[in-house]
Amino acid sequence: MSTSGCRNLRRGGPQGVAVLLLTIILLAPQWAAAARINEISESNLADRAIRFFAFQDPSLRYALAGSMMLGICCGLMGTFLVVRKLALMGDALSHAVLPGVALGFLWNMTKDPLAIFVGATIAGLLGAGTVQLIRNTTKHKEDAALGFVLASFFGAGICLFTMIQNLPGGNKSGLDKFMFGQAASLGRGDVLLLAVVTVLTLVAVLAFYKEYSLTSFDSAFARSIGLPVQLFHYSLMLLLAFAIVASLQAVGVVLVSAMLVIPAAAAFLLTDRLGMMLVLSAIFGMTAGGMGAFFSFVGRNLPTGPFMVLSAAAVFVAALLFGPRHGIAARWWRQRSRAERTQRENTLKSIYHVLEAADFRIEGASLADLAEKRRETLEEAQSQARELERHHLASLRNEVVSLTPQGWQRACEIVRNHRLWELYLTNAAQIAADHVHEDAEIIEHVLGEDNVRQLEKRLNYATRDPHGKLIPGLEDIRQGRSALIGTRATGYGGGGPKP
Amino acid sequence: MMASATSAFVPAFDWSTVIVNPWMIDFPITFWTVLMGFCVTAACGLVGNYLLLRRMALVGDAISHSILAGLVIAFMIFRTTNVWVAMTGALAAGFVTVLMIEFIHKQSRVKPDAAICITFTSLFALGVALMSALESKGNIHLDAECVLYGEIAFVALEPPFVFAGREMGPPSVLIMALVLLVIGVMIFAFYKELLVTAFDPGLSRSLGMRTAVWHYGLMAALAIVIVFAFESVGAILAVAMLIVPPMFAAQLSNRMRPRIALTVLHAALSSVIGYHLSVWLVCSAAGAMVVAASLLFVLAWVGTGVTHRLRRVETSDAVPERA
Repeated sequence: MSTSGCRNLRRGGPQGVAVLLLTIILLAPQWAAAARINEISESNLADRAIRFFAFQDPSLRYALAGSMMLGICCGLMGTFLVVRKLALMGDALSHAVLPGVALGFLWNMTKDPLAIFVGATIAGLLGAGTVQLIRNTTKHKEDAALGFVLASFFGAGICLFTMIQNLPGGNKSGLDKFMFGQAASLGRGDVLLLAVVTVLTLVAVLAFYKEYSLTSFDSAFARSIGLPVQLFHYSLMLLLAFAIVASLQAVGVVLVSAMLVIPAAAAFLLTDRLGMMLVLSAIFGMTAGGMGAFFSFVGRNLPTGPFMVLSAAAVFVAALLFGPRHGIAARWWRQRSRAERTQRENTLKSIYHVLEAADFRIEGASLADLAEKRRETLEEAQSQARELERHHLASLRNEVVSLTPQGWQRACEIVRNHRLWELYLTNAAQIAADHVHEDAEIIEHVLGEDNVRQLEKRLNYATRDPHGKLIPGLEDIRQGRSALIGTRATGYGGGGPKP
Repeated sequence: MMASATSAFVPAFDWSTVIVNPWMIDFPITFWTVLMGFCVTAACGLVGNYLLLRRMALVGDAISHSILAGLVIAFMIFRTTNVWVAMTGALAAGFVTVLMIEFIHKQSRVKPDAAICITFTSLFALGVALMSALESKGNIHLDAECVLYGEIAFVALEPPFVFAGREMGPPSVLIMALVLLVIGVMIFAFYKELLVTAFDPGLSRSLGMRTAVWHYGLMAALAIVIVFAFESVGAILAVAMLIVPPMFAAQLSNRMRPRIALTVLHAALSSVIGYHLSVWLVCSAAGAMVVAASLLFVLAWVGTGVTHRLRRVETSDAVPERA
């Protein structure tokens, strides 16, 4: 994974999109700052939606720019959390920054973004350090350490918050907005802070993409080539703390972790490449951020965080259900079509067996014989014959199923796979002849031509399976049923390839 | 600037106001608050012991967040804040959470930790979104922050439950005590089953125990405890107490019976110390109880670390002598 991952680093695609993202980020604050000041008035939902897309309100521009950048930087960081299986670290850290926010506010009793940023970052790093310390010095596992940091720091934060509320001027501090987020309360400073953090994250990820992906996927290999793995881990934690702290104002303490994990998990379901995952995750995060700002604005200053998270969750559910490769629908479809193919091949095999029982003297198998062979009712046998007919493998006339050349070939192949595998298991794996059938029943549908060639070679082009039945060879398959009449066909002994 | 803010911020410690008066002058408030704190902490801690063993410490966190969605949806359907309606909704939400985590984890390649995070944050977001939508329509005022970190001190102000003409105490404390009693009886009655299924699923299966039944039974107990705790003290106390007391107990003992006893002891200590801390600092009692509980764990952590270090020094001294 690591080497193939590295080779794909320098592909143009992700980088092009990254440059695009960078442009958006750099332009967004300008664009927000250039807003004209309009007064906000009460109006109905449709009017507000129109106002949203007119981008007239300066607070709206800040909110939208901030939310989208938040989505980008959380999406980028979340990708590393998800591939490093640190998803809950994001949750723990987002709760752990709360006392830092309170202390930052206490610094000079204002919501100075910088002071809060510094305080919260320190608290976040302290939390990450505590997790590491608990893991190193006690027998407690990662989840307990994370839970402890989450709960104790959050508890301390709550205490500090309630103490602040008792102070003169603390009541209208607006610190409660940190719980669930209010993008509308984003100021120019907050948006600038978000922009700086997002650019920093993007630059760090681009500059050290190779190192980060290597340490994420194969830390042992990274250590062996002399990379400072711990340093990269802590730099990621620092960036994570930055992302969380910058996002607090817009999305809230409780839901930052959702913005970190959900877009990244959705991207994880859609691609196997880290670069692509980063890009998709950033795009999903940005979209969710924009949607959150939109709903919050249209619904008259509803909290932004929940709507952002619900938008992201909708993306995740879509990816979970309809992802092209790992989606549930795609997998269900694949399983279904595989089951249908197996069913068809089993019917073909039964037809072969019926023909074989008659020394291949008859043209086709009667439905009655087929039903008996498969231990099914006539109707079921008929519906399966129809199924074969639909795939041009057999034709059904006068209650008799005769194989087409195509069907004959496939039937021979399946029987050959089955009997070769039985022979292989008895000869090479020393399994008793009466125990090999079940295994062969499964493998006959998945053996590829290459494996069959190898098996044939290993078994010296044997002609009879452990039960003394003929193994149809390549020549038999090519010549068709008539060649096997009276079992004159000799498998590999006759027309097959020379050993 | 900082110094002056700090001096106003942290009130002076006064023995009589912080330690004596709560038990003399404000006895009912102190008593019921501390008792509530103890019941919640002990009930959560007892269930948490098994979660810790199963490495599911954060599932409690997940359930306690997603329960909010259950409460709000139950309210929207039945239009009442009746405790049993809320209870049903919350319990359903708890089960939905567990099932969703398992579904995402089994049906996709998303790892369990991410599955937990996705599930509870989405459900919590749904809860807050619905709540704020209700609020903006003016139907009801559910305070999201109150739900999160609750106010345990309010339990003492509830109208007391009257039984046979006598005032028994605030109903939520009585209910919580009942929950604690039920949990205690359950643990006593099914001690062996709970222990074996937590430690060794293979052995428990071979002994004929249904591991899935015990797993979901534990989840149900967890959901019930969280719901009742949630009603009065908020999510954060419940989450913290699912994790911290068991960690404290596990730090001090490797055996289950002492751990259970230590959990209860920790619950008593942290509720009393936490309450006095909140009286001194004039802050949220639930938050202060969490802080006290965490400090107790840190004490145990440092204490065991020091004794380990001492023991190692002793043995390392002994080695050269033997050599």
